[in-house]
Amino acid sequence: MMISGAEIVIRCLQEEKVEYVFGYPGGSVLHIYDALFKQDQVKHILVRHEQAAVHAADAFSRSSQRVGVALVTSGPGVTNTVTGIATAYMDSIPMVVICGQVPTQYIGQDAFQECDTVGITRPCVKHNFLVKDVKDLALTIKKAFHIAATGRPGPVVVDVPKDITAQMCEFDYPKTVQMRSYNPVVKGHLGQIKKAVQILQEAKRPIIYTGGGVILSDAAEKLTQLARKLNFPVTNTLMGLGGYPATDRQFVGMLGMHGTFEANNAMHYADVILAIGARFDDRVIGNPDHFGSEKRRVIHIDIDPSSISKRVKVDVPIVGNVTDVLDEILKLLDGGFKTDPEVADWWKQIDEWRGRDSLRYKQGEHIMPQYVVEKLYEVTGGDAFITSDVGQHQMFAAQYYKFDKPRRWINSGGLGTMGVGLPYGMGVLLANPGAQVACVTGEGSIQMCIQEMSTCKQYELPVKIINLNNGMLGMVRQWQEMFYSKRYSQSYVTSLPDFVKLAEAYGHVGMRIEKPEDVEPALRKAFTEHKNDLVFMDFIIDPGANVFPMVAAGKGLTEMILAEDL
Amino acid sequence: MRHIISILIENESGALSRVAGLFSARGYNIDTLTVAPTEDPSLSRMTILTRGSDEVLEQITKQLNKLVDVVKVVDLSEAAHVERELMLIKVRATGKDREEMKRMADIFRGRIIDVTESTYVIELTGASSKLDSFIAALDAGLILETVRTGVCGIGRGDRILKV
Ligand SMILES: Cc1ncc(C[n+]2csc(CCOP(=O)(O)OP(=O)(O)O)c2C)c(N)n1
Ligand SMILES: [Mg+2]
Repeated sequence: MMISGAEIVIRCLQEEKVEYVFGYPGGSVLHIYDALFKQDQVKHILVRHEQAAVHAADAFSRSSQRVGVALVTSGPGVTNTVTGIATAYMDSIPMVVICGQVPTQYIGQDAFQECDTVGITRPCVKHNFLVKDVKDLALTIKKAFHIAATGRPGPVVVDVPKDITAQMCEFDYPKTVQMRSYNPVVKGHLGQIKKAVQILQEAKRPIIYTGGGVILSDAAEKLTQLARKLNFPVTNTLMGLGGYPATDRQFVGMLGMHGTFEANNAMHYADVILAIGARFDDRVIGNPDHFGSEKRRVIHIDIDPSSISKRVKVDVPIVGNVTDVLDEILKLLDGGFKTDPEVADWWKQIDEWRGRDSLRYKQGEHIMPQYVVEKLYEVTGGDAFITSDVGQHQMFAAQYYKFDKPRRWINSGGLGTMGVGLPYGMGVLLANPGAQVACVTGEGSIQMCIQEMSTCKQYELPVKIINLNNGMLGMVRQWQEMFYSKRYSQSYVTSLPDFVKLAEAYGHVGMRIEKPEDVEPALRKAFTEHKNDLVFMDFIIDPGANVFPMVAAGKGLTEMILAEDL
Repeated sequence: MRHIISILIENESGALSRVAGLFSARGYNIDTLTVAPTEDPSLSRMTILTRGSDEVLEQITKQLNKLVDVVKVVDLSEAAHVERELMLIKVRATGKDREEMKRMADIFRGRIIDVTESTYVIELTGASSKLDSFIAALDAGLILETVRTGVCGIGRGDRILKV
């Protein structure tokens, strides 16, 4: 039977078992929206800005094992998605973005709402396609899902001209795709894995350093088994939080610019680093020359060969899917493995570093942001999904909410995009209905996608917005305080709206919390009495609170500024 | 170090901009780039002359391999290979210079492929260094126009780049 291109798009989504599409209609996608209207298997979430559609689809992926999907119109619809696509790309999040395009014969003529979608998105997608023939449409969408979710995942854009959505064609959804140019490696090289196990056996001051790759590969359980067997300390990157249970004794905390004293020291002084699905990012290792000054051996497991030996020279590269490689390592360990007895001394050293208690902070008359996150952890039983924006509040959430499970910490690590928090909350709730979801944000970031409170009303998405309101672009202010002699250039947010009234205007519940003793009761109220409401909790916090420890730009990992130094 | 990278890539529209975009986004340099379909019209072969340390070259090949459309990548200069470049050069050929130009073209085994009363177009192929020497050997004031294809190369003997 012949069906239209628009119907083919929807049928493909049905075949992919897509439950939700996040989108916004417009001229070039009218046929697709019409096809959407005529069925009810694929549900549509109408956002208030295309950027939010992409962020929500991204969080849908991050918080589940499914691929998020966004649908937007040509021109401004597409340009509005770019921040969201780049955000997903930097964190390797699988996602498919379907964009309308002007009719084929108008392309290149500066037609109304035309833009070079493939050109604009090329540097921030894993791959993109412009469909030129309705006969290629189904296969292209199949390829898009395949490419997005396999290998090192990432966003894929499919640009569909309007005339193609009107043309008629037989629908035949391919079961599999073969691409001679795209065959990601899965299994690691056994010889390399054996070499790695030998080195692990010899390690005296080992560390397991893991990143987002563990989460994306659903390898958290395997990682835990491995770490327990080895009795090695584990540190996570910002993207890797939840990959290893944070409440476990072997966990030394997050590392990097705002990592713990013990994590950064253990990383720096380790004689063997087992890096898993992490990429030695500049925010993680600090000054590369300082980091390179220690002699050590590095084993690096990653699905992307280009992440290996990019910033730090690696001795044993293992290219493969993290879960598969960890599986092989575990098998080899079963053949008899002894952790070096000197590792016991290493643990003593680590416990001494731990004794510095680098996340300690002083309570004052104002609410401290750290305290809010600690209470949030208690009230939610440590089991909530926490989305975040970008700034001090993000670091406080990462440091003080102890993530025991993967896919619970949802934030923009690579691109550092302010504004993701609220749409991330929407995506998480749709992928995990009934879950407790809190968006830890700041008064700067929340205003970048605040219009989504309206979407939350329409679809009854009870995100708890934890606004750590310091009246400042706090992270900017912190740098200005420390490195620009307190010249607070444009980091002061004046004329803030009354967030309580604003929440109420959108039909939600608003609360303002100004005293430390009110923090816990307010949170309890929000998560019990207002379980099913979106609650905007405006916490008026100490405007001077800073994030510590801190490795300043250009400094080495061990050259941390601690709160106690000040 | 000078390297010649050969790439087999799906002959899709936009393939060239993916490769060129990668080089500019990551700050790799392109000295020359040539591209044309192969005997199998669904594949293009691209040759890029670039420069960089071993680490940079390792990243270039890894990043190229990551492009979804790229089928194969080799660094030709890692082993025995032959390379050629084609140049067309238009020179002033009047008076005593006319004879001199003909002589220079012969010495460099070039061919004169267009003749007017006052100009020659000379075709020259060879290693890039030979083309450079030819230009250097001419009186700069007599060169009207040059166009070069950029390097293309192929492995020697059994070294074959195919899918
Ligand atoms: C879209 C975007 N613009 C600018 C920045 C730079 N930036 C990083 S943190 C920050 C301040 C964030 O302020 P707020 O949301 O109030 O959080 P706080 O640091 O005060 O907790 C800014 C401007 C960014 N990360 N993203
Ligand atoms: Mg703020």
